[in-house]
Amino acid sequence: MNNSIRVNCTKKNLKLIRDFVTEYLKALALSDILMNQIVLAVDEICANLIIHANHEDPAKYLTLTIHNLSGQIKFEIADNGVAFQRTNYKEPDIQEHIRLGKKGGVGIALVNRIMDKVEFTTNGSQNTCLLYKKIN
Amino acid sequence: MPMKITQEIKDSTVIMTLDGELDASSSVLLDEELSDPEIMKYSKILVDCQNLHYISSAGLGVFISHLQRFEDAQIKLIFFNMQDKVRNVFEILGLDLLMTIVSDYEEARTIANE
Repeated sequence: MNNSIRVNCTKKNLKLIRDFVTEYLKALALSDILMNQIVLAVDEICANLIIHANHEDPAKYLTLTIHNLSGQIKFEIADNGVAFQRTNYKEPDIQEHIRLGKKGGVGIALVNRIMDKVEFTTNGSQNTCLLYKKIN
Repeated sequence: MPMKITQEIKDSTVIMTLDGELDASSSVLLDEELSDPEIMKYSKILVDCQNLHYISSAGLGVFISHLQRFEDAQIKLIFFNMQDKVRNVFEILGLDLLMTIVSDYEEARTIANE
């Protein structure tokens, strides 16, 4: 089965990415909740890359590759945009977000809580995000 | 269509039906609906989530960003008929404790009228 998809950086492609991940994971017969969580985590990273790292520039691309290791799924998401600065990241205070009427800033918190391991690396102009999830 | 939002008005209540997937692309539509000044005329907003198949942080963020404004205006925002996998996303962030999510329309109406 094809384990890689390359899309340009428009938000409309998020649906395409989610469908690709869902199709790939289908054979693993995960529960609805776990399947949705994994798809969500990948969607959140891709949305961040499309919107923040690549400013929704349709001339830019990101590549998602899925690896099925024994009992663990690894997602590799590569792009050439602005690298995510993990040192600047702060876990959100949801009640504060509600008080201030903030719209964004909870996506990475979802990813961190869903995935077992989240890594960001930069090699020259290419950034890679690695997501790991144990599935049994 | 990725997301369809319909509104039905019953006296002081707006019943908002979400149909589709709320992601970073489609949540703009929801934000427009909730930002409409007309909605502030009503005291209850009941959100039917039966056909909401997916929500990402962008969709959650739209609700988060309007919650205080509705509370200040004493408008009750109540979600009902939510699928387990969607409710789970609210739970991961603890939003199920900060928002009102009930099982069905009857319960939503009862709580709205309290």
